[in-house]
Amino acid sequence: MRHRKSGRKLNRSNSHRTAMFKNMARALLTYEQIRTTDVKAKELRRVVDKLITLALRNDLHARRQAYKVLGNHQLVQRLFDEIGPRFAGGQGGYTRIIKLSQPRTGDCAPMVIIELTKKASDAPAPEKVEEKAADTAAKEAPAKKAPAKKAAPKAEAPAEETAPAPEEAPVEEAPAEEAPVEEAPVEEAPAEEPDPKKEA
Amino acid sequence: MAVPKKRTSRSRKGMRRSHDHVAVPNVVYCECGEPNLPHRACSVCGNYKGRQVVSGDDA
Ligand SMILES: [Zn+2]
Repeated sequence: MRHRKSGRKLNRSNSHRTAMFKNMARALLTYEQIRTTDVKAKELRRVVDKLITLALRNDLHARRQAYKVLGNHQLVQRLFDEIGPRFAGGQGGYTRIIKLSQPRTGDCAPMVIIELTKKASDAPAPEKVEEKAADTAAKEAPAKKAPAKKAAPKAEAPAEETAPAPEEAPVEEAPAEEAPVEEAPVEEAPAEEPDPKKEA
Repeated sequence: MAVPKKRTSRSRKGMRRSHDHVAVPNVVYCECGEPNLPHRACSVCGNYKGRQVVSGDDA
């Protein structure tokens, strides 16, 4: 009986399956968005969500456990230092699956895109960094600023209608875009996407 | 052994096959105007729920 045995076998041996999901987890954490079949993506959630939970724990044991899956110290470091903090305070929901219209040529397998719900491209942190590099003194000295996100001068057309959500405080500097991670509530609105990386 | 007593007429055959048809898929219309399957990213423009999900040949 199948009682209390969750998970799909995907017609693979245990070692094959483990190796495949390790590879897919590495790819997803590297590219933040990969294209795969529906069933594999649904299984991959279990792997990647656990890795991000480890990253939120952020201690030495968690790092070693993550290394057991990723097998790459640089990727573990990226997971713990870049990806994990984006999801701080989260209770799950770290991945998102979007179904694609066209099935795979050859076997007609339903294809999806699985992605991290918070990507480097739409997190406020990188913008803050590059802005700091641009003009540090002008903004950092008056520390009165609430997170002000007015109409980013960059080409963020799809983000415009959704991004200026609740935490809105138009300040006198129009392109002032300072959203410190520790102050700003987590941004739900996704900004523009880069080219999705492919993964069969 | 069971053997048909009568030849199936063209009418009988047609009546039997009157229910044999391919299901028509449900179609929703994307903002770009193209018909699309529901709950899927548009195969033409790659949008889903108002944001660009896929681009290029990935759609
Ligand atoms: Zn469309």
